[in-house]
Amino acid sequence: MIRSMLVVAVCMFVLVAASPVRVGYEVGDTVADFKLKNTNGKMVALSDYKDAKGVLVIFDCNTCPYSKAYNDRIIALSKKYGAKFPLVLVQSNDPSISPGDSYEEMVDHAASHGYDFPYLFDETQNVAKAFGATNTPHAFVLKKEGTAFKVIYIGAIDDNARDASAVTKRYVEDAVDAALNNKAATTTKTKAIGCTIKWKNA
Amino acid sequence: MSRFLILLLIICAFVAKAQERAKIVKLPELQEMIAAKSDQIKVINFWATWCAPCVKEMPLFEKIGMERQDVKITFVSMDLDLDPDPTKVYKFVTRKKIQSQVVILDEKNPNLYIDLIDKSWSGALPATIVVNTKTGQRKFVEKELHEGELEKLIAEVQ
Repeated sequence: MIRSMLVVAVCMFVLVAASPVRVGYEVGDTVADFKLKNTNGKMVALSDYKDAKGVLVIFDCNTCPYSKAYNDRIIALSKKYGAKFPLVLVQSNDPSISPGDSYEEMVDHAASHGYDFPYLFDETQNVAKAFGATNTPHAFVLKKEGTAFKVIYIGAIDDNARDASAVTKRYVEDAVDAALNNKAATTTKTKAIGCTIKWKNA
Repeated sequence: MSRFLILLLIICAFVAKAQERAKIVKLPELQEMIAAKSDQIKVINFWATWCAPCVKEMPLFEKIGMERQDVKITFVSMDLDLDPDPTKVYKFVTRKKIQSQVVILDEKNPNLYIDLIDKSWSGALPATIVVNTKTGQRKFVEKELHEGELEKLIAEVQ
């Protein structure tokens, strides 16, 4: 009896140890609340958005050429959806590796680009890790269901980083529009070339 | 006048040499380069001229490429995804005197081709594949490699 229990215990251990570590949210997951410092010095939490239909979270930064290529498109997204589906930018790069992404540089960047939406500093990188964000810009469309925020889309903003006028698929807009119309997003996950998030040295 | 012509010729020769070193390829050709059976361990590194951690790790790859006959390094530039003009890549290859093979991927729709290169790749740069085509052993990493890490990956597929 003890022996068979031991065998079961060993088997369970092996199963647990062998199962791949799941990193970050998948489509359908409920997002844990987070609270980060905005460039205006105030704290912003996901749970602050009580009246929104959802929140568009984009991991972004000052320095990445892809972030620069998408900057106008990101600002346009905020203008388009406003308070109905607010945009929240999160900057997770470690400034000791990417000095252009320090909090002070973020404050300058937000001012010079006229950001009227939160640009949050994820100093511990815990939010990027929780989301499983890998690169910039990396978008997560969260739909509000009751008080929970559920992931309905993860990936690129659209299908052409190089040329905004040549875009054929607007993934993020399609997902937000679907959420606003209480429909499921047609595309739920995409990949794009981008800058890796600059993680702190372990 | 003749001096000017000679200078022009030298410049052209440089550009031609860099172009010869950095061939523009489509996805099927790249896939064949990764999959084709070889006695050497293949190291395929995805990079771009704008990517600071990529540029930082390159000398480690170059060193191994020059020191080891059993390893073949290929740098795959992803620059065209953002900028259609490959001149920046040619200039970089010439300026840094890159000795390893360099190719430039020319493909649209990263959402499709990233998975076809490696399913575990998010698309972030740098990324590296280390493959032993004889045994099929393959490693994929999506981060900047530091001193000693590439050697370890190579040893793991040998």
